[in-house]
Amino acid sequence: MNFAAVVVLGQGVFTVLGTLASFLPPNRRALAAGLATGLLGATGFATGMVAFTRPTTMEVGSGLAQVSIRLDPLGGIFLLIIGLLALAASCYAVGYVSGPSASRTSWIALTLFIASMQLVAMAGSVAVFVVGWESMAVTSLLLVWTEHQHSRAVRSAGLWYAAMSQLGFLLILGMFALLVSTGGQSQFLNMHSAVSTGSPLLRSGVFLLALAGFGMKAGLVPVHVWLPRAHPEAPSHVSALMSGAMVSLGIYGLIRIVIEVLGRGPIWWGLLLLAFGGVSALYGVLQAVVATDLKRLLAYSTTENMGLATVAIGAALLFVAADRPIPAGVAIGAALLLVVNHAFFKGLLFLAAGAVLKATGLRDLDRLGGLVSRMPTTARLFAVGALAAAALPPANGFVSEWLLLQSLVQGERGSSTVTALALPIAVAVVALTAGLAVATFVKAFGIGFLARPRSEAADLAVESPMAMRFGMGLLALIVVILGLFPTAVLHWIALATTIPGARPITATWARIQLAGGASLAPPMLVALTVAFGALMAGFVRWHGRPRRTGALTWGNGGVRLSSRMEYTATSFAEPLQRVFDNILRPEQDVSVTPVAESRYLVERVGYEQRVDDVVETRFYQPLLAIGAAWGDWGRRLAPGSVHRYVGYVFGALLIAFAVISL
Amino acid sequence: MTVFSVVTALVQVVLVAAVGPILVGVLRQLRARVEGRVGAGILQPWRDLIKLLRREPISAAGTSWVLILAPVVLMGTSLAVAVLVPYVSTRSATANSSDLFAVVALLLVGTVVLTLAGLDTGTAFGGMGASREITIAALVEPAVLLAVFALSPPAGSTNLAVIVARRVSDQAQLASPVSLLVVVALMIVTLAEAGRLPVDNPATHLELTMIHEAMVLEYSGRDLALVEWASSIRLVILLGLTANLFLPWGVATQAGALALLVGVVAFLAKLLLFGAVLGIGEVFIAKFRLFRVPELLAGAVVLGFLAVMAAFFLVQGSG
Amino acid sequence: MAGLIRRLRRVGRITEPAPAAPAFEAFTDIARSGSAQVRHVDVGSCNGCEIEIAATFGPVYDVERFGVRLTASPRHADVLLVTGAVTRNLQAPLRHTYEAAPAPRIVIAVGDCARNCGVFAGGHGVVGPVSDVVPVDIEIAGCPPRPAEIVAALRQVTGR
Repeated sequence: MNFAAVVVLGQGVFTVLGTLASFLPPNRRALAAGLATGLLGATGFATGMVAFTRPTTMEVGSGLAQVSIRLDPLGGIFLLIIGLLALAASCYAVGYVSGPSASRTSWIALTLFIASMQLVAMAGSVAVFVVGWESMAVTSLLLVWTEHQHSRAVRSAGLWYAAMSQLGFLLILGMFALLVSTGGQSQFLNMHSAVSTGSPLLRSGVFLLALAGFGMKAGLVPVHVWLPRAHPEAPSHVSALMSGAMVSLGIYGLIRIVIEVLGRGPIWWGLLLLAFGGVSALYGVLQAVVATDLKRLLAYSTTENMGLATVAIGAALLFVAADRPIPAGVAIGAALLLVVNHAFFKGLLFLAAGAVLKATGLRDLDRLGGLVSRMPTTARLFAVGALAAAALPPANGFVSEWLLLQSLVQGERGSSTVTALALPIAVAVVALTAGLAVATFVKAFGIGFLARPRSEAADLAVESPMAMRFGMGLLALIVVILGLFPTAVLHWIALATTIPGARPITATWARIQLAGGASLAPPMLVALTVAFGALMAGFVRWHGRPRRTGALTWGNGGVRLSSRMEYTATSFAEPLQRVFDNILRPEQDVSVTPVAESRYLVERVGYEQRVDDVVETRFYQPLLAIGAAWGDWGRRLAPGSVHRYVGYVFGALLIAFAVISL
Repeated sequence: MTVFSVVTALVQVVLVAAVGPILVGVLRQLRARVEGRVGAGILQPWRDLIKLLRREPISAAGTSWVLILAPVVLMGTSLAVAVLVPYVSTRSATANSSDLFAVVALLLVGTVVLTLAGLDTGTAFGGMGASREITIAALVEPAVLLAVFALSPPAGSTNLAVIVARRVSDQAQLASPVSLLVVVALMIVTLAEAGRLPVDNPATHLELTMIHEAMVLEYSGRDLALVEWASSIRLVILLGLTANLFLPWGVATQAGALALLVGVVAFLAKLLLFGAVLGIGEVFIAKFRLFRVPELLAGAVVLGFLAVMAAFFLVQGSG
Repeated sequence: MAGLIRRLRRVGRITEPAPAAPAFEAFTDIARSGSAQVRHVDVGSCNGCEIEIAATFGPVYDVERFGVRLTASPRHADVLLVTGAVTRNLQAPLRHTYEAAPAPRIVIAVGDCARNCGVFAGGHGVVGPVSDVVPVDIEIAGCPPRPAEIVAALRQVTGR
């Protein structure tokens, strides 16, 4: 039985069903369309399973409409991510959508978005890849624009996203053009051998265009500026899919083109990837630490994680260039595991943030709080996601962080001088990023959910509906399972590692073993902690008095405790902002309004502090200003006088005759 | 995993748990003697803990399960680390799980739950302590990872038991520049993580100068007992790790009752030595202003980085 | 630093020898555990008692050798050491401090002002002695009381 054909056909069927379900009347639309997209996701997951067990290629259709599908373990990993995320997000969306996000257009766009992402992961030829990529961009743009009638920020975010995704698409098209013209092959399967004979200049050109184009989709600095604008403005289930699945496809493109198709390259490729990845990781997490908008914080955290994955890919390239397949295999394994883990915990975090947004109407951490008692399930699920994002056991982020650090540490031994200098810097950057990520998510969970509510809206929050809780719960379960027992995923990742001779990661249910000797046993760590914790808790309870609850908080004996006295997200991050203020460059505005009669008496003082994206203000705004100035100057060419236009045509004809006669 | 290795692991964890408050007592007693006072005796922290266990724990209104769970998780992770790291023997049942990054992550989990508890109190001091603690924890990460990264090349692994065993057998490493750089970096990390001078003053009463204490102002009774006990255990963990990395003599590398006994005695002696150095040293330093602490930690990172470079180039040159 | 080391060696121990242990009265069940954490509350004193308390915890009288330690938070405290006559502004905070301390707790009223308002009895800002606001377990007389008397009272609590 041709499983591949069945599952691919299934995907097509559910895509059509999802589109048709969107035409139902509103009261049945959400359930039907959600069901269809959920099944689309589940079928995608099944396709991923087929890709691991029976990798195959197939051609669907013929002639100009021929669609080349390739199911292989690398694509399978991303099909896995997209499928499970789509399942969870669809389930969640059934309870979440309302108003513009429950419209026909939104559901159709959602279905096509998921389908096109899956098409990209299954693409066997350049044509299919490109079609899938562009439709993914267009449908996600439609989804980002869902609330455009309500908010200017959405329109601005949509514009930035549209411009940058099309720019990225152009770069990718250019890269494919170069690639196909070099080898003559447009099927991915045969591209590696075809391109290996290309000139180094051409191969480097392909590499740089791939880095630029896929880096833009993955959200690497300096082309990340669309991420913190677009992801917060999209509806939360869309943000989860974009941050978890779509951004991962940028890394998929990088791995596919650079590691598989190009294979080997000079050392500067790896160093360049290390540099961009390191800067993205550090800059992303710094912006996340000082962000007070919850979804903006999560978006910058996506940049951070994609930066870490890029660091892993860069390290792998360095090791391949030095003919050391074992550390290279560990590094690629780390990159893939980072992407898989990130997809699930980031999806969970965005869904939980959406639940908070729906319940309180707020994204601003400075006004949230007290949700752990008002929305207990959502709070616990967010805590699981935050634990994973902070890379702490028992959640899955810890395993991928460990793998990344092991690959960098193992690679140090026996490497050339340049690599030996670069790797410890990479370790320091990864470690600092990890520390700052802990600070970020302690802030997000601690300020957003704990203590007392800082505003009326937070006080009136209620728990999310069942569908939303179920979607989040599914992802939380996956996060915990991957954190404790990542056996299956590691096995699939080992299959997906296309570097020859590199299978250094083995995993049993209790332990992950690397070829160099290092090993990690997450269940052991968790078991020890739980055992000792329970033992001590029991021991002290046996001795002690009953607990007194509901007492007044000891706020130094103050009689008027209010929620204004609690720490806010801004104050929590203030020491770190001060330490890193050269990079973040916060802007401060103090305006003093004196009393009308005398300027020595002050009536009002206004203080505003903002941390803008430095890359945007120092790099993009000047470029946009130049572009606008050029456009303004160009208006002088068309003032409206017909005489002038005729004159232009006359001039153009003269030039044309002159050129022809030459 | 033999019976003896399990016994070794249990001996180690019981020893660390018992010695924690005694180490704090020794530090306080040293300070008292230097100040010309009699002091309360080195067993005083144990009396404090036992008394605290019998007092009433209080949960304020507006707090949640996070506040109640934090001391338990803190204690659980601290004891888990006490079992994993080779203090008394490199042959305990959990020796092959004592990966450095895992140990650092477990310590960080403890810090994180205490920070969340500080935020859960909803007071300004709790938030302030939490904010400062997490700033220091974030900046200490690169320093500690680089420092032990520098020690791993000769052992070929980041497993602490393997590293310590290698250093016992290959004494030449102990006097190398790498070791000296790493010991200074690790001492700075210990001071920062354990909340001692010059980073934090554990005996201060001024809330605006507190870092660790500010987070626990709301705790009482058995919650407080667990938190104080876990803090002292963490001090033993960090000092013990530094001691075993630089004076690895006495650590049991074979299974055997005599080796275990020697390991226990050696560990206590080394701990006393490092504790005495810390205690006397604290008399002569004042607490740093909070915004100078990142400079100190950046110095530790630089030392760690230099140590890694030295480990690489010196090995290359000689090997 | 060398100068400091020299001085430390020259001065040595200056603590007065401990007086004979007082007869321990029957007390609450936390007494005589060898340890007491003390939280000092000044509800309206002239600072005379504070100076004597500072001397009690200083090197000469060194009440720490009997297991007593000062803490910052009443949640950590077994003993509230209250000085001064209760003023209007600090009446509610004193009540909060007492309630914040975990049971069983002991209140020691230090000085004549805490016992019976001393010289400030009838003042317009004074509410009354400490026993009007929180139950007092031990009273130490004196204006100000001697450090030795404060030490004796605290030794009742620790049982050392």
